[in-house]
Amino acid sequence: MPPENSRAGIYKGLISLAAFLGLWAVMAAIVQDSSMLPSPNRVAQVFWSEALSGEIAFHMQATLARVIAAFVLAMSIGSMIGIAAGRNPGFNLWAAPWLIIFLNLPALVVIVLCYLWIGLNEVAAIAAVALNKIPMIAVMMREGARTLDPALDDMTRAFAIPRLTSWRHVIVPQLAPHFASAGRAGFALIWKIVLVVEFLGRSNGVGFQIHLNFQLFDVARILAYALGFVALMLVVEFLIVQPWERSASKWRRAGTAR
Amino acid sequence: MKLEIAGKSFGGTPVLGAISLTVAPGEVLAVTGPSGIGKSTLARIMAGLDHDFDGTCSGFGRVGMVFQNPTLLPWRTALDNILIATGCDANAGRDALDHVELGTRQDAFPGQLSLGQQRRVALARALAANPDTLILDEAFASLDEATAGRMRSLAQSILQGSHYRTILITHNLVDVVHLADAVLLLGQHPAIVLAEHKIPTPRPIRDLKAEMAVVRQQLHWQGSDIQ
Repeated sequence: MPPENSRAGIYKGLISLAAFLGLWAVMAAIVQDSSMLPSPNRVAQVFWSEALSGEIAFHMQATLARVIAAFVLAMSIGSMIGIAAGRNPGFNLWAAPWLIIFLNLPALVVIVLCYLWIGLNEVAAIAAVALNKIPMIAVMMREGARTLDPALDDMTRAFAIPRLTSWRHVIVPQLAPHFASAGRAGFALIWKIVLVVEFLGRSNGVGFQIHLNFQLFDVARILAYALGFVALMLVVEFLIVQPWERSASKWRRAGTAR
Repeated sequence: MKLEIAGKSFGGTPVLGAISLTVAPGEVLAVTGPSGIGKSTLARIMAGLDHDFDGTCSGFGRVGMVFQNPTLLPWRTALDNILIATGCDANAGRDALDHVELGTRQDAFPGQLSLGQQRRVALARALAANPDTLILDEAFASLDEATAGRMRSLAQSILQGSHYRTILITHNLVDVVHLADAVLLLGQHPAIVLAEHKIPTPRPIRDLKAEMAVVRQQLHWQGSDIQ
């Protein structure tokens, strides 16, 4: 993307964000009930006071740790199942019905069952989130593994490239776009499910705070915690996910034959 | 090196019949025949990519293969493509690229190279593997005549005096008379060796037109899909 277009895109994004805040402020002014719909200014004040007290950092840290643990677990297990199913039609015949069952099991059911069977603890919370996302990641990675180039498989075998080298330089780069899609989709959903898990059975985290403030009918605090975590996820997207994607696809932008 | 095929089928359909061939070190054997006759299937068996056939295939040693498509890793540079596939050191990789006159393009990605250059990288990769057997599967196909001519000259200079057993899969008699010491013609269904011919004249001093006429006559081949 040329720099002018990129700059224009940033300006348009900022104007759109300002319009959202403006609309919110207008709605809050019309409602005139800060317990029902606090203004952006009021939410910012609450966020700031929670930040100064260290509360928001403590709860965000707890939620982020759960998001990362569940994400790593779901990506690892989901990718292994998906790649095996995509590369081995025989295994896929066994795995496909399980994936369909788990894909259609409501997240709430999995969370409740994990809490009932494992107990109200960290293991149950993280297992519930990971179990919810493993089937989706497995299905996405299975489709990716099915698109692996058989000609490159032949090349790998003809030159007897060692298995580890082949995975690192031949297979994983082909799967990189699918890892990125599965990772992005997984991350976006995992943090939302983590909030539900915390809402239902943890004593810290953003989800717990939302539960607490729901009981206290404190909408400003609910919005402060929710928007704070959204901001954190956007930082992760811009500082980690997008730079990694750019680096992984550098060869695509290298130009064409001269 | 010995290849004895009793038969090869795909899904119950016989593709190759009884075929037997041997190649001596330093010899270039061309395998030709019409499109779809099973030349590439034979190449895959020799490269160890297809074991599902009746017969034996032994003594090929380390194989270096140039595929019909260059089959390079698009996310790696020309030099990396050689190093990853062969495990050779960087100096040997650079030497191989120099050998195919691409020493200055070692940092180019395959997408930045023309098809002819990609084929040369694929040839450099096969050479860097220090093979006992070199298999060139339609390595000069889909190139314009000038580029194909340069590739043939390059291959001729590389093969001259080399120790490799080389198997040249081609449907082009120009490739045969430029590079081969002997040629087999595959035909019929399932494919068998219909004719074979040795070319006694050393490669550098051949009269190509006269040699092509002799090869056509010896192979009794009239088909239009061999050029």
